[in-house]
Amino acid sequence: MNAPITASAMALDGGVLAPSDVAPEAAFVPSRGFWGHVGHRLVRDPVAMGAGALILLIVVIAILAPWITPMDPYKGSMLRRLKHVGDATYWLGSDELGRDMISRLMLGARLSLFIGVTPVLIAFVIGSAIGILAGYVGGWLNTILMRTIDVFFAFPSVLLAIALSGALGAGIFNSIVSLTCVFVPQIARVAESVTTGIRKRDYIDAAKLSGASPLTIMRVQVLGNVVGPIFVYATSLISVSMILASGLSFLGLGVRPPEPEWGLMLNTLRTAIYANPVVAALPGVCIFVVSIAFNLFSDGLRAAMEIRQ
Amino acid sequence: MMLIYILKRLVYVTPVAFGVSLVCFMLVHLAPGDALSAVLPADATQETINEMKAAYGFDKPLPVQYLIWLWHVLHGDLGTSIATGRPVLGEVSRAVVNSLILASVATVIGFTFGTLFGFVAGYHRNSVADRAASALSVFGVSVPHYWLGMVLVIVFSATLGWLPPTGAGPDGSGNWRPDFDHLRYLILPAVTMSVIPTGIIARTVRALVADILAQDFVEALRAKGMDEFGVFKHVVRNAAPTALAIMGLQLGYLLGGSILVETVFAWPGTGFLLNAAIFQRDLPLLQGSILVLAMFFVVLNLLVDVMQTALDPRIERA
Repeated sequence: MNAPITASAMALDGGVLAPSDVAPEAAFVPSRGFWGHVGHRLVRDPVAMGAGALILLIVVIAILAPWITPMDPYKGSMLRRLKHVGDATYWLGSDELGRDMISRLMLGARLSLFIGVTPVLIAFVIGSAIGILAGYVGGWLNTILMRTIDVFFAFPSVLLAIALSGALGAGIFNSIVSLTCVFVPQIARVAESVTTGIRKRDYIDAAKLSGASPLTIMRVQVLGNVVGPIFVYATSLISVSMILASGLSFLGLGVRPPEPEWGLMLNTLRTAIYANPVVAALPGVCIFVVSIAFNLFSDGLRAAMEIRQ
Repeated sequence: MMLIYILKRLVYVTPVAFGVSLVCFMLVHLAPGDALSAVLPADATQETINEMKAAYGFDKPLPVQYLIWLWHVLHGDLGTSIATGRPVLGEVSRAVVNSLILASVATVIGFTFGTLFGFVAGYHRNSVADRAASALSVFGVSVPHYWLGMVLVIVFSATLGWLPPTGAGPDGSGNWRPDFDHLRYLILPAVTMSVIPTGIIARTVRALVADILAQDFVEALRAKGMDEFGVFKHVVRNAAPTALAIMGLQLGYLLGGSILVETVFAWPGTGFLLNAAIFQRDLPLLQGSILVLAMFFVVLNLLVDVMQTALDPRIERA
């Protein structure tokens, strides 16, 4: 849920491991190191910073939601159904069961972010492991792993996600499992290609000659250099994951009522598009805003990392 | 050379196709309970259950079931829908035609606008048009299309009353026909679906065009006095293979990913069929439609690869 998305976290995360292959600067000016440069460039990118701030704000709202919602998100009233936006009591109106929209949207951020971000995090770990292993070991292991992954690439991601969660049945856990299965092959493929790219580099040979064990090389030389690009790729998947996760709930395959989740809210409000179209569209606005924020942040991160070229 | 390349691709695709069939087959066995529990009445006797199991072949070991299933599939038999009792192949084919119409129209819209925006942005980098095109492509890949569909229904059907909100035609039938009445039903879902390919194609074409324009040969063409239109033709010829390949892949993604949009618009395609299969727990139908869609995607990928190689002499046919 709280992905390490801030620039400082990334610098801490990678600064120690990454060997500094940035060109040395003028004498007596200490180099910031690769992650230092990335962080520096990211901070000066107003779009990425704005998107990052927005994500942070929504995450904070999601965490604090149970304590800060103006009304009880579960308590409905059939007499106060579908109030319009701007109502004195219901600021963003009320839903088809008379529950306060703004409270449900705030609490809904929890589940929506959770089911959207978790699959990418899990897939980041599993996919990186598979990809790095395949890329570093090479040979037949690479062939077996990558050809298996090709099979999953034969399914468009939406189809695979729906097929898996359709077969497994509705529920939050199953929806996370299906989305993880969708993203593991994608991340593994990127991890494999990045790892294969650095396997033949001189510094790996140098490490081998200096007597480093394969495990040490994998941890320091390989991991330090591939985690960054894989992480950036993974952040670009969060937006898709949010849309798909809420989409599964929209279809009735994810979160179940009465829990507030944006996709599910959008689905139950479909009956209200004639009576109160603005309220009916609100949960989708939330999905859209979060998704666009993650996309912009990820774009900024990628641009900030293009120093090496 | 080309023939050898195609053969090589076929050799490569065959194991993938088998893998896909295995995944589709296993899907049914991922499901909690067994495939028949959803259709049998709760008070069915053991005798009835056994009878049904034998009829559907569920009493044999898994590998045997897979081989039998595969054998039938290779002969064009995708099994029988548990819910309707009709052959799965017929149900899927009808739905695939409807989905293909929707996905093709959406792809054409996406390709047209995507290349248009991409070219304008690539030619005028960092201009207002470029920023607009970039914003559009971020919009295209970030918008939840099922929500966009709802918004379009709210605006054009519920509020303005210009276009029908759901269905494929005025008669309520499941068959789309190319006439004006049916066309009106196609507009909203097609526009909704076209947003993603528009964004992706615009982004790709922009990068392609900017990249090509920065190359030395363009400068050489201009230096020898070629007019802008002549240069433009060169840019198009260089960008076409990649742009067309992206378009082909997008068609596949739309076909497989249309379930959400089809559900919003009650469009009688594969997405709608899948939705029904999932909620009626009609596992043979689920299995069959996913297999058909995935195979379609595999074949499309192959065609795109071959076409791209044929169009672009720079790609090595290794």
